Amino acid sequence: MFEIKNLKASLADEDKQILKGMNLKIGAGEVHAIMGPNGSGKSTMSYVASGKGGYVVDEGEVLLDGANLLDMEPDERAAAGLFLAFQYPVEIPGVGNMTFLRTAVNAQRKMRGEDELNAAQFLKIVREKAKALKIDADMLKRPVNVGFSGGEKKRNEILQMAMLEPKVCILDETDSGLDVDAMKLVAEGVNALRDGKRSFLVITHYQRLLDHIVPDVVHIMADGKIIKSGGPELALEVENNGYEGLMNEVV
Amino acid sequence: MSTQESIAKDGVDAETVDAVKTVGEKYKYGFATDIEMEYAPKGVNEDIVRLISSKNEEPEWMLEWRLDAFRRWEKMTEPKWAMVNYPEIDFQDIYYYARPKSMIEKPKSLDDVDPKLLETYKKLGIPLSEQAILAGVEGAGDTPVEGRKVAVDAVFDSVSVGTTFKKELAAAGVIFCSISEAIKDHPELVKKYLGTVVPPTDNYYATLNSAVFSDGSFVYIPEGVKCPMELSTYFRINAENTGQFERTLIIAEKGAQVSYLEGCTAPMRDENQLHAAVVELIIQEDADIKYSTVQNWYPGDENGVGGIYNFVTKRADCRGDRAKVMWTQVETGSAVTWKYPSCILRGDDSQGEFYSIAITNNMQQADTGTKMIHLGKRTKSRIVSKGISAGKAQNTYRGLVSIHPKAVNSRNYTQCDSLLIGDKCGAHTVPYMECRNNSSRIEHEATTSKVDDEQLFYCRQRGMGEEEAVALIVNGFAKEVLQSLPMEFAMEAQKLVAISLEGSVG
Ligand SMILES: Nc1ncnc2c1ncn2[C@@H]1O[C@H](COP(=O)(O)OP(=O)(O)OP(=O)(O)O)[C@@H](O)[C@H]1O
Ligand SMILES: [Mg+2]
Repeated sequence: MFEIKNLKASLADEDKQILKGMNLKIGAGEVHAIMGPNGSGKSTMSYVASGKGGYVVDEGEVLLDGANLLDMEPDERAAAGLFLAFQYPVEIPGVGNMTFLRTAVNAQRKMRGEDELNAAQFLKIVREKAKALKIDADMLKRPVNVGFSGGEKKRNEILQMAMLEPKVCILDETDSGLDVDAMKLVAEGVNALRDGKRSFLVITHYQRLLDHIVPDVVHIMADGKIIKSGGPELALEVENNGYEGLMNEVV
Repeated sequence: MSTQESIAKDGVDAETVDAVKTVGEKYKYGFATDIEMEYAPKGVNEDIVRLISSKNEEPEWMLEWRLDAFRRWEKMTEPKWAMVNYPEIDFQDIYYYARPKSMIEKPKSLDDVDPKLLETYKKLGIPLSEQAILAGVEGAGDTPVEGRKVAVDAVFDSVSVGTTFKKELAAAGVIFCSISEAIKDHPELVKKYLGTVVPPTDNYYATLNSAVFSDGSFVYIPEGVKCPMELSTYFRINAENTGQFERTLIIAEKGAQVSYLEGCTAPMRDENQLHAAVVELIIQEDADIKYSTVQNWYPGDENGVGGIYNFVTKRADCRGDRAKVMWTQVETGSAVTWKYPSCILRGDDSQGEFYSIAITNNMQQADTGTKMIHLGKRTKSRIVSKGISAGKAQNTYRGLVSIHPKAVNSRNYTQCDSLLIGDKCGAHTVPYMECRNNSSRIEHEATTSKVDDEQLFYCRQRGMGEEEAVALIVNGFAKEVLQSLPMEFAMEAQKLVAISLEGSVG
């Protein structure tokens, strides 16, 4: 179970608070969506939860199965089961996608005291999962995200997620930049990982994605906190009327 | 390429990263061997030159050659143009000759070598037995390296301890022995070629080397012969206050081919030690030499105490048409590096390549690069330099590309990339280019980048520790050069890259 409790966080370089008391609770197996205007702090929330530098936590906790992630190094949080599909996946020149994946998988296994996968085991699994996402051998060989199209980068994030088998997945606008077919692939990839235990937090601007990945709860975030939560119909409301009405309603 | 193959190859880096994590210490070659040594008196003068020559039981002409060099050296001054700073070296406060007492009577075979010496090489991961695999990569994973033979010449301080696979090589017509043996056993070859690529007058350190060199390796590949195995020399400095002056001479006759690798390590000591080597390569028509270096001399500690001064002159002369040379260097060690492996492209259509990774961490300084001298028609050269600086280190690429008037239709391509880790280190690029005809072309590209926080965080979010992440990113940055090393050594080099960057972040 994943829980964000009264999270307040500021930029390290400026005296500016971005997250202003965020609360969120996702039960095992649930899918929650977060929508909200540009700059409301959605990505910041995902960075603070996963331990990116440049932010200071002023208050609050981020709990994964009861353990406070905020006390851990980023790689420890990953090994504990937190995965973030980046809004802007990063390019790493010269490092083969496959090498990257295997290094990551084995680093986590090692940290958890599990046996590492050898080349043959790894290859078998990665091929299967890549196939489902229509990621071809060439893309696996190429340097991480270098020269990938926007959609390829996002599919690659889902492949990493599938390989790492996390407990909680935060998907930050994984749907933006995808064509209709790619979005279906990504949604199928996510749905295939829904096993009744794994939790998802899907950040999106579009109701469209939520037709494919049906959320249990939709949250609206504005100015650093959740201002409203509801069922899937809330996403439709945003799609039709925008955020203005919702924000006024709260104020 | 099938997916299976490419993935297996790709998987190597991941294995390596794991291997690196298991290497606890920072500089794992820093131990000293406690062994009885015989020294020449400290300092250098004509008597010392005579002494070295007599220890090696050299013919008169060799002594004269040395004395000539020494007399010139006395009139020369140390070059100061490199972007490196170090205290004045007292050349009279160094031992110029040190050999294990057990080597005074030259052992008849490797079996007779002092077990302490054999143990030292074992500890360094260098096989001095004639087994078919290279130590250090056993069980390294996906890539079978069994069946590959690597002949080793082991140089310990001032002497060669032994050379493996000599018989098997001789059967193919290849001569592989220490240079001191070559002077005795193949004087006609040594006389003909020694000093013809790097003349004794070349530069301060090369001249000093010409006077006092004690040992090194000699390779002769006769016409049309492809050397049946990888050759290598492993240089070890062990004695205190001792300089190592080695000399390597490799000759590839018409159509010959050889791949050669040298490795270097030294114990951790608080004093600085001098290593001034000269390497000469002679490449005849259609011949091909691939020369790789993994330089891991002791770099000194975090505060810049101790470490090797590595002042080296290396040059290849492509004498015949279509001769080819490829220098690959992975420079991770030494307190100060001053080194410019060069190519003289004399034959028409001859080719020179230079691939370099230079890593400086803590207080290390490196001023390194290459010279490509295009003399023949349609000569081609390619330079790929990857400089990585961390800590408070300074890293300079210095390169010369010179295309002469007669070298029509020649080409050079230079790519020079610098990667900075942290903000207290420096990277500098000093290219000199001259093209003296209209049909030739020089291309130069240079970039400087930082290991960026976004990349590091991306790796860490996926579960990698900080140093593992840096090692992965840096190995990616240097990939093109690592790939130009022979497979076995590429893996070693990747580990080395990671080890030498330990403590560079956080
Ligand atoms: N490192 C930073 N430096 C300066 N401002 C920052 C930084 N990180 C976040 N911010 C600011 O914090 C606010 C929240 O940004 P964030 O990226 O979390 O928004 P978002 O909800 O993800 O928006 P979008 O929908 O556009 O992706 C913005 O005003 C942004 O400019
Ligand atoms: Mg965002």
